[in-house]
Amino acid sequence: MAAAEACVGQVVLPGDVLLLPAHPDEDGERLRLGGGAAPRGRLLCGPGLRRCAAGLLVTKCGLLRHRQTGGGAAAGGAYWVDSQQKRYVPVKGDHVIGVVTAKAGDVFKLDVGGSEQASLSYLAFEGATKRNRPNVQVGDLIYGQFLVANKDMEPEMVCIDSSGRSNGMGIIGQDGFLIKVSLGLIRKLLAPKSEIIQELSQLYPFELVLGMNGRIWVKAKTVQQTLIIVNILEACEYMTAEQRKQALAKFSGN
Amino acid sequence: MQRGLDSQTKKQLEEEEKKIISEEHWYLDLPDLKEKESFIIEERSFMPCEDLLYGRMSFKGFNPEIEKLMIQMNSRGKKEEIEVDDKMEADVSDEEMARRYETLVGTIGKKFLRKRDQCVLQDEDEDGNSNTRPSKKAKRKFLKPQD
Repeated sequence: MAAAEACVGQVVLPGDVLLLPAHPDEDGERLRLGGGAAPRGRLLCGPGLRRCAAGLLVTKCGLLRHRQTGGGAAAGGAYWVDSQQKRYVPVKGDHVIGVVTAKAGDVFKLDVGGSEQASLSYLAFEGATKRNRPNVQVGDLIYGQFLVANKDMEPEMVCIDSSGRSNGMGIIGQDGFLIKVSLGLIRKLLAPKSEIIQELSQLYPFELVLGMNGRIWVKAKTVQQTLIIVNILEACEYMTAEQRKQALAKFSGN
Repeated sequence: MQRGLDSQTKKQLEEEEKKIISEEHWYLDLPDLKEKESFIIEERSFMPCEDLLYGRMSFKGFNPEIEKLMIQMNSRGKKEEIEVDDKMEADVSDEEMARRYETLVGTIGKKFLRKRDQCVLQDEDEDGNSNTRPSKKAKRKFLKPQD
Protein backbone atom coordinates (compact mmCIF):
# COMPACT_ATOMS: atom_id res chain seq x y z
CA MET A 1 0.00 0.00 0.00
CA ALA A 2 1.48 3.28 -1.06
CA ALA A 3 0.15 6.56 -2.34
CA ALA A 4 -0.13 6.58 -6.10
CA GLU A 5 1.59 9.94 -6.42
CA ALA A 6 4.65 8.72 -4.53
CA CYS A 7 5.11 5.73 -6.85
CA VAL A 8 5.13 7.60 -10.17
CA GLY A 9 8.22 6.65 -12.14
CA GLN A 10 8.99 3.71 -9.85
CA VAL A 11 8.69 -0.02 -10.35
CA VAL A 12 5.32 -1.48 -9.35
CA LEU A 13 4.48 -5.18 -9.15
CA PRO A 14 1.23 -7.08 -9.61
CA GLY A 15 -0.71 -7.07 -6.34
CA ASP A 16 0.48 -3.65 -5.21
CA VAL A 17 -2.33 -1.34 -4.18
CA LEU A 18 -2.01 2.34 -4.92
CA LEU A 19 -3.95 4.65 -2.67
CA LEU A 20 -5.60 7.69 -4.12
CA PRO A 21 -6.26 10.98 -2.36
CA ALA A 22 -9.72 11.10 -0.83
CA HIS A 23 -12.54 11.98 -3.17
CA PRO A 24 -14.97 14.75 -2.35
CA ASP A 25 -17.82 12.25 -2.37
CA GLU A 26 -16.74 10.75 0.94
CA ASP A 27 -19.17 11.13 3.83
CA GLY A 28 -17.22 13.76 5.68
CA GLU A 29 -17.20 15.92 2.62
CA ARG A 30 -20.80 15.31 1.76
CA LEU A 31 -21.96 17.20 4.84
CA ARG A 32 -20.38 20.37 3.63
CA LEU A 33 -21.39 19.95 0.04
CA GLY A 34 -22.84 23.42 0.00
CA GLY A 35 -19.42 24.73 0.87
CA GLY A 36 -18.50 24.59 -2.79
CA ALA A 37 -16.23 21.57 -3.01
CA ALA A 38 -14.96 21.76 -6.59
CA PRO A 39 -16.07 18.75 -8.67
CA ARG A 40 -12.99 16.59 -9.12
CA GLY A 41 -12.27 15.34 -12.60
CA ARG A 42 -12.49 11.67 -13.35
CA LEU A 43 -9.33 9.65 -13.10
CA LEU A 44 -8.19 7.50 -15.98
CA CYS A 45 -6.80 4.14 -14.94
CA GLY A 46 -4.87 2.83 -17.88
CA PRO A 47 -3.33 -0.52 -18.87
CA GLY A 48 -1.79 -2.52 -16.03
CA LEU A 49 -4.09 -1.07 -13.40
CA ARG A 50 -7.49 -2.07 -12.12
CA ARG A 51 -9.72 -0.27 -9.71
CA CYS A 52 -10.42 -1.79 -6.33
CA ALA A 53 -11.99 -0.71 -3.08
CA ALA A 54 -8.88 0.95 -1.72
CA GLY A 55 -7.73 2.59 -4.93
CA LEU A 56 -5.82 1.11 -7.85
CA LEU A 57 -4.62 -2.47 -8.04
CA VAL A 58 -1.54 -3.16 -10.11
CA THR A 59 -1.82 -6.09 -12.54
CA LYS A 60 1.40 -5.78 -14.55
CA CYS A 61 4.97 -5.14 -13.58
CA GLY A 62 6.63 -2.04 -14.89
CA LEU A 63 7.06 1.63 -14.23
CA LEU A 64 4.11 3.62 -12.99
CA ARG A 65 3.39 6.58 -15.23
CA HIS A 66 1.19 9.57 -14.65
CA ARG A 67 -0.04 12.40 -16.82
CA GLN A 68 -1.97 15.32 -15.44
CA THR A 69 -4.02 16.27 -18.48
CA GLY A 70 -5.71 13.05 -19.48
CA GLY A 71 -7.49 13.02 -22.82
CA GLY A 72 -11.22 13.60 -23.02
CA ALA A 73 -13.38 13.22 -19.91
CA ALA A 74 -10.50 12.34 -17.65
CA ALA A 75 -9.60 15.70 -16.24
CA GLY A 76 -8.21 14.19 -13.07
CA GLY A 77 -5.14 12.81 -14.85
CA ALA A 78 -4.17 9.34 -15.93
CA TYR A 79 -2.15 6.57 -14.33
CA TRP A 80 -0.83 3.57 -16.22
CA VAL A 81 1.96 1.00 -16.07
CA ASP A 82 4.68 1.20 -18.69
CA SER A 83 5.51 -2.46 -19.10
CA GLN A 84 7.76 -4.45 -21.36
CA GLN A 85 6.03 -7.31 -23.09
CA LYS A 86 5.90 -9.10 -26.42
CA ARG A 87 2.49 -10.76 -26.31
CA TYR A 88 -0.21 -8.54 -27.72
CA VAL A 89 -3.65 -8.52 -26.15
CA PRO A 90 -6.31 -7.01 -28.44
CA VAL A 91 -7.74 -3.74 -27.20
CA LYS A 92 -10.75 -1.99 -28.67
CA GLY A 93 -9.75 0.93 -30.86
CA ASP A 94 -6.13 -0.14 -31.39
CA HIS A 95 -4.67 0.03 -34.89
CA VAL A 96 -2.83 -3.18 -35.75
CA ILE A 97 -1.28 -5.01 -38.70
CA GLY A 98 -2.85 -8.39 -39.36
CA VAL A 99 -1.94 -11.19 -41.76
CA VAL A 100 -4.83 -12.82 -43.63
CA THR A 101 -4.80 -16.55 -42.88
CA ALA A 102 -8.15 -17.68 -44.25
CA LYS A 103 -11.05 -16.58 -46.39
CA ALA A 104 -14.18 -18.11 -44.94
CA GLY A 105 -17.21 -16.88 -46.83
CA ASP A 106 -18.15 -13.48 -45.50
CA VAL A 107 -15.26 -12.98 -43.12
CA PHE A 108 -11.49 -13.05 -43.35
CA LYS A 109 -9.44 -14.49 -40.51
CA LEU A 110 -6.50 -12.35 -39.47
CA ASP A 111 -3.51 -13.25 -37.38
CA VAL A 112 -2.79 -10.23 -35.19
CA GLY A 113 -0.48 -11.87 -32.66
CA GLY A 114 -3.18 -12.27 -30.03
CA SER A 115 -4.43 -15.47 -28.47
CA GLU A 116 -7.18 -15.79 -31.05
CA GLN A 117 -7.45 -14.84 -34.70
CA ALA A 118 -9.44 -11.72 -35.45
CA SER A 119 -12.32 -11.70 -37.91
CA LEU A 120 -12.75 -9.03 -40.56
CA SER A 121 -15.92 -8.69 -42.58
CA TYR A 122 -15.58 -8.20 -46.33
CA LEU A 123 -18.00 -5.26 -45.98
CA ALA A 124 -15.71 -3.43 -43.54
CA PHE A 125 -13.62 -1.88 -46.31
CA GLU A 126 -14.03 1.54 -47.84
CA GLY A 127 -16.40 1.40 -50.78
CA ALA A 128 -17.17 -2.29 -50.38
CA THR A 129 -20.66 -3.56 -51.16
CA LYS A 130 -22.18 -7.00 -51.50
CA ARG A 131 -21.43 -6.89 -55.20
CA ASN A 132 -18.12 -5.08 -54.98
CA ARG A 133 -15.90 -7.32 -52.86
CA PRO A 134 -12.43 -6.15 -51.82
CA ASN A 135 -9.60 -8.07 -53.42
CA VAL A 136 -8.04 -9.72 -50.38
CA GLN A 137 -5.87 -12.81 -50.68
CA VAL A 138 -4.48 -15.14 -48.05
CA GLY A 139 -1.12 -13.76 -46.92
CA ASP A 140 -2.01 -10.10 -47.45
CA LEU A 141 -1.17 -7.56 -44.78
CA ILE A 142 -4.05 -5.51 -43.47
CA TYR A 143 -3.89 -2.38 -41.34
CA GLY A 144 -7.09 -2.09 -39.34
CA GLN A 145 -8.73 -1.17 -36.13
CA PHE A 146 -10.37 -3.31 -33.44
CA LEU A 147 -14.12 -2.86 -33.21
CA VAL A 148 -14.72 -5.66 -30.72
CA ALA A 149 -12.01 -6.83 -28.37
CA ASN A 150 -12.77 -8.41 -25.04
CA LYS A 151 -11.62 -11.47 -23.19
CA ASP A 152 -14.75 -13.52 -23.87
CA MET A 153 -15.30 -12.91 -27.57
CA GLU A 154 -13.50 -13.28 -30.83
CA PRO A 155 -11.89 -9.95 -31.71
CA GLU A 156 -13.38 -8.19 -34.72
CA MET A 157 -11.55 -5.76 -36.94
CA VAL A 158 -12.66 -3.12 -39.42
CA CYS A 159 -10.84 -1.07 -42.04
CA ILE A 160 -13.16 1.93 -41.95
CA ASP A 161 -13.93 4.51 -39.31
CA SER A 162 -17.37 5.42 -38.02
CA SER A 163 -17.99 7.68 -41.01
CA GLY A 164 -17.12 4.97 -43.53
CA ARG A 165 -13.78 6.36 -44.65
CA SER A 166 -10.65 4.24 -44.69
CA ASN A 167 -8.20 6.88 -43.37
CA GLY A 168 -5.23 4.86 -44.53
CA MET A 169 -6.56 1.53 -43.28
CA GLY A 170 -6.94 -1.45 -45.57
CA ILE A 171 -4.55 -3.65 -47.50
CA ILE A 172 -0.91 -2.60 -47.24
CA GLY A 173 1.06 -2.68 -50.49
CA GLN A 174 2.48 -5.87 -51.94
CA ASP A 175 6.19 -5.35 -51.33
CA GLY A 176 7.94 -4.02 -48.25
CA PHE A 177 9.19 -5.80 -45.17
CA LEU A 178 7.39 -6.85 -41.99
CA ILE A 179 9.16 -7.16 -38.65
CA LYS A 180 8.02 -7.85 -35.13
CA VAL A 181 9.31 -5.82 -32.19
CA SER A 182 8.30 -5.53 -28.55
CA LEU A 183 5.18 -3.57 -27.62
CA GLY A 184 7.26 -1.12 -25.62
CA LEU A 185 9.32 -0.15 -28.66
CA ILE A 186 6.18 0.43 -30.72
CA ARG A 187 4.91 2.88 -28.14
CA LYS A 188 8.28 4.59 -28.09
CA LEU A 189 8.12 4.99 -31.87
CA LEU A 190 4.54 6.22 -31.87
CA ALA A 191 5.08 8.78 -29.12
CA PRO A 192 4.77 12.36 -30.35
CA LYS A 193 8.16 13.76 -31.36
CA SER A 194 9.84 10.38 -31.03
CA GLU A 195 13.62 10.84 -31.37
CA ILE A 196 14.12 7.58 -33.26
CA ILE A 197 11.57 8.49 -35.91
CA GLN A 198 12.86 12.04 -36.22
CA GLU A 199 16.43 10.82 -36.74
CA LEU A 200 15.39 8.14 -39.24
CA SER A 201 13.28 10.58 -41.23
CA GLN A 202 16.45 12.53 -42.04
CA LEU A 203 18.00 9.57 -43.89
CA TYR A 204 16.07 9.05 -47.11
CA PRO A 205 12.47 8.65 -48.33
CA PHE A 206 10.68 5.65 -46.85
CA GLU A 207 7.33 4.57 -45.52
CA LEU A 208 6.38 2.97 -42.21
CA VAL A 209 3.27 1.31 -40.87
CA LEU A 210 3.30 0.73 -37.13
CA GLY A 211 0.76 -1.60 -35.54
CA MET A 212 0.10 -1.54 -31.82
CA ASN A 213 0.56 -5.34 -31.88
CA GLY A 214 4.30 -4.88 -32.34
CA ARG A 215 4.42 -5.29 -36.11
CA ILE A 216 6.22 -2.79 -38.30
CA TRP A 217 6.03 -2.71 -42.07
CA VAL A 218 8.82 -0.84 -43.85
CA LYS A 219 9.21 0.15 -47.46
CA ALA A 220 11.91 2.24 -49.09
CA LYS A 221 13.02 2.76 -52.68
CA THR A 222 15.44 -0.16 -52.75
CA VAL A 223 15.65 -3.43 -50.86
CA GLN A 224 18.96 -2.33 -49.37
CA GLN A 225 17.48 0.86 -47.96
CA THR A 226 14.52 -1.07 -46.57
CA LEU A 227 16.83 -3.49 -44.79
CA ILE A 228 18.90 -0.67 -43.31
CA ILE A 229 15.77 0.85 -41.74
CA VAL A 230 14.65 -2.57 -40.52
CA ASN A 231 18.00 -3.30 -38.88
CA ILE A 232 18.12 0.09 -37.18
CA LEU A 233 14.57 -0.29 -35.86
CA GLU A 234 15.28 -3.77 -34.52
CA ALA A 235 18.51 -2.65 -32.91
CA CYS A 236 16.83 0.40 -31.30
CA GLU A 237 15.39 -1.91 -28.70
CA TYR A 238 18.80 -2.47 -27.14
CA MET A 239 20.69 0.71 -28.00
CA THR A 240 21.13 3.86 -26.01
CA ALA A 241 20.46 7.20 -27.67
CA GLU A 242 24.19 7.78 -28.21
CA GLN A 243 24.82 4.37 -29.75
CA ARG A 244 21.89 4.96 -32.07
CA LYS A 245 23.22 8.31 -33.17
CA GLN A 246 26.60 6.74 -33.95
CA ALA A 247 24.96 4.00 -35.99
CA LEU A 248 22.85 6.51 -37.88
CA ALA A 249 25.87 8.72 -38.59
CA LYS A 250 27.36 5.83 -40.63
CA PHE A 251 24.37 5.71 -42.94
CA SER A 252 23.74 9.42 -43.28
CA GLY A 253 27.10 9.69 -45.09
CA ASN A 254 25.89 7.46 -47.95
CA MET B 1 -68.81 -15.54 22.41
CA GLN B 2 -65.40 -15.98 23.98
CA ARG B 3 -64.62 -18.85 21.69
CA GLY B 4 -65.72 -16.93 18.62
CA LEU B 5 -63.38 -14.08 19.42
CA ASP B 6 -60.57 -16.49 20.02
CA SER B 7 -60.98 -18.09 16.63
CA GLN B 8 -61.01 -14.66 14.97
CA THR B 9 -57.88 -13.48 16.73
CA LYS B 10 -56.24 -16.82 16.00
CA LYS B 11 -56.93 -16.36 12.31
CA GLN B 12 -55.55 -12.84 12.37
CA LEU B 13 -52.42 -13.96 14.13
CA GLU B 14 -51.93 -16.79 11.64
CA GLU B 15 -52.29 -14.43 8.71
CA GLU B 16 -49.79 -12.02 10.18
CA GLU B 17 -47.34 -14.82 10.72
CA LYS B 18 -47.79 -15.99 7.16
CA LYS B 19 -47.20 -12.47 5.90
CA ILE B 20 -43.99 -12.15 7.86
CA ILE B 21 -42.76 -15.49 6.56
CA SER B 22 -43.65 -14.72 2.96
CA GLU B 23 -41.98 -11.29 3.21
CA GLU B 24 -38.88 -12.88 4.65
CA HIS B 25 -38.76 -15.09 1.59
CA TRP B 26 -38.37 -12.12 -0.68
CA TYR B 27 -36.49 -9.55 1.33
CA LEU B 28 -33.12 -9.83 2.98
CA ASP B 29 -32.77 -7.94 6.19
CA LEU B 30 -29.75 -5.93 5.08
CA PRO B 31 -28.87 -2.28 5.39
CA ASP B 32 -29.51 -0.32 2.19
CA LEU B 33 -26.70 -0.40 -0.31
CA LYS B 34 -25.21 2.99 -0.88
CA GLU B 35 -24.76 3.94 -4.48
CA LYS B 36 -21.39 5.48 -4.97
CA GLU B 37 -20.32 7.28 -8.10
CA SER B 38 -16.98 6.03 -9.31
CA PHE B 39 -14.39 8.59 -10.21
CA ILE B 40 -12.14 6.10 -11.91
CA ILE B 41 -12.46 5.15 -15.55
CA GLU B 42 -10.80 1.92 -16.61
CA GLU B 43 -9.06 2.05 -19.93
CA ARG B 44 -7.26 -0.85 -21.61
CA SER B 45 -5.61 1.11 -24.38
CA PHE B 46 -2.41 3.11 -24.32
CA MET B 47 -3.77 5.54 -26.90
CA PRO B 48 -5.53 8.01 -24.56
CA CYS B 49 -2.80 7.71 -21.92
CA GLU B 50 0.24 8.41 -24.03
CA ASP B 51 -1.26 10.45 -26.86
CA LEU B 52 0.19 8.15 -29.48
CA LEU B 53 0.43 9.20 -33.10
CA TYR B 54 -1.22 7.65 -36.15
CA GLY B 55 0.52 4.46 -37.21
CA ARG B 56 1.15 5.22 -40.86
CA MET B 57 4.13 7.37 -41.68
CA SER B 58 5.95 8.49 -44.78
CA PHE B 59 9.04 10.65 -44.99
CA LYS B 60 10.69 12.86 -47.59
CA GLY B 61 7.84 12.48 -50.06
CA PHE B 62 7.93 8.70 -50.43
CA ASN B 63 4.14 8.47 -50.35
CA PRO B 64 2.51 11.93 -50.61
CA GLU B 65 -0.95 10.52 -49.81
CA ILE B 66 0.24 9.17 -46.47
CA GLU B 67 2.07 12.41 -45.68
CA LYS B 68 -1.17 14.32 -46.15
CA LEU B 69 -2.97 11.78 -43.98
CA MET B 70 -0.28 12.08 -41.30
CA ILE B 71 -0.80 15.82 -41.01
CA GLN B 72 -4.54 15.34 -40.93
CA MET B 73 -4.61 12.54 -38.34
CA ASN B 74 -1.89 13.87 -36.06
CA SER B 75 -3.35 17.36 -35.76
CA ARG B 76 -6.92 16.35 -35.02
CA GLY B 77 -6.98 17.96 -31.61
CA LYS B 78 -5.44 21.19 -32.84
CA LYS B 79 -7.57 21.34 -35.96
CA GLU B 80 -10.81 21.56 -34.02
CA GLU B 81 -9.63 24.75 -32.40
CA ILE B 82 -8.74 26.26 -35.75
CA GLU B 83 -12.10 25.30 -37.21
CA VAL B 84 -13.90 27.11 -34.43
CA ASP B 85 -11.94 30.24 -35.22
CA ASP B 86 -12.89 29.99 -38.88
CA LYS B 87 -16.54 29.87 -38.07
CA MET B 88 -16.30 33.14 -36.21
CA GLU B 89 -15.11 34.97 -39.32
CA ALA B 90 -17.97 35.52 -41.74
CA ASP B 91 -17.37 34.39 -45.31
CA VAL B 92 -19.55 37.20 -46.69
CA SER B 93 -19.39 40.61 -45.12
CA ASP B 94 -22.60 42.42 -44.17
CA GLU B 95 -22.13 45.05 -46.86
CA GLU B 96 -21.68 42.44 -49.56
CA MET B 97 -24.82 40.71 -48.38
CA ALA B 98 -26.83 43.94 -48.54
CA ARG B 99 -25.60 44.73 -52.05
CA ARG B 100 -26.50 41.22 -53.20
CA TYR B 101 -30.04 41.43 -51.88
CA GLU B 102 -30.65 44.92 -53.27
CA THR B 103 -30.95 43.45 -56.75
CA LEU B 104 -33.15 40.61 -55.54
CA VAL B 105 -35.80 42.84 -53.95
CA GLY B 106 -37.73 43.22 -57.23
CA THR B 107 -37.56 39.57 -58.29
CA ILE B 108 -38.61 38.16 -54.97
CA GLY B 109 -41.22 40.91 -54.54
CA LYS B 110 -42.96 39.68 -57.69
CA LYS B 111 -43.55 36.33 -56.05
CA PHE B 112 -45.78 37.85 -53.43
CA LEU B 113 -47.93 39.90 -55.84
CA ARG B 114 -51.23 38.66 -57.29
CA LYS B 115 -51.19 37.42 -60.90
CA ARG B 116 -53.11 40.48 -62.13
CA ASP B 117 -50.73 42.85 -60.46
CA GLN B 118 -47.83 40.91 -61.98
CA CYS B 119 -49.30 41.48 -65.47
CA VAL B 120 -49.60 45.20 -64.83
CA LEU B 121 -46.05 45.23 -63.64
CA GLN B 122 -44.87 43.38 -66.77
CA ASP B 123 -46.73 45.83 -69.00
CA GLU B 124 -45.09 48.67 -67.22
CA ASP B 125 -41.80 46.93 -67.71
CA GLU B 126 -42.45 46.55 -71.42
CA ASP B 127 -43.40 50.21 -71.68
CA GLY B 128 -40.32 51.12 -69.83
CA ASN B 129 -38.22 48.66 -71.77
CA SER B 130 -38.60 50.62 -75.00
CA ASN B 131 -36.76 53.40 -73.32
CA THR B 132 -34.31 51.38 -71.37
CA ARG B 133 -33.33 48.85 -73.99
CA PRO B 134 -30.83 50.93 -75.86
CA SER B 135 -29.10 51.88 -72.68
CA LYS B 136 -29.00 48.25 -71.61
CA LYS B 137 -27.55 47.20 -74.93
CA ALA B 138 -24.95 49.85 -74.64
CA LYS B 139 -24.09 48.51 -71.23
CA ARG B 140 -23.67 44.94 -72.45
CA LYS B 141 -21.23 45.93 -75.13
CA PHE B 142 -17.96 44.01 -75.16
CA LEU B 143 -15.30 45.93 -73.35
CA LYS B 144 -11.90 45.51 -74.77
CA PRO B 145 -9.47 44.79 -71.99
CA GLN B 146 -6.72 47.32 -71.63
CA ASP B 147 -3.26 45.94 -72.04
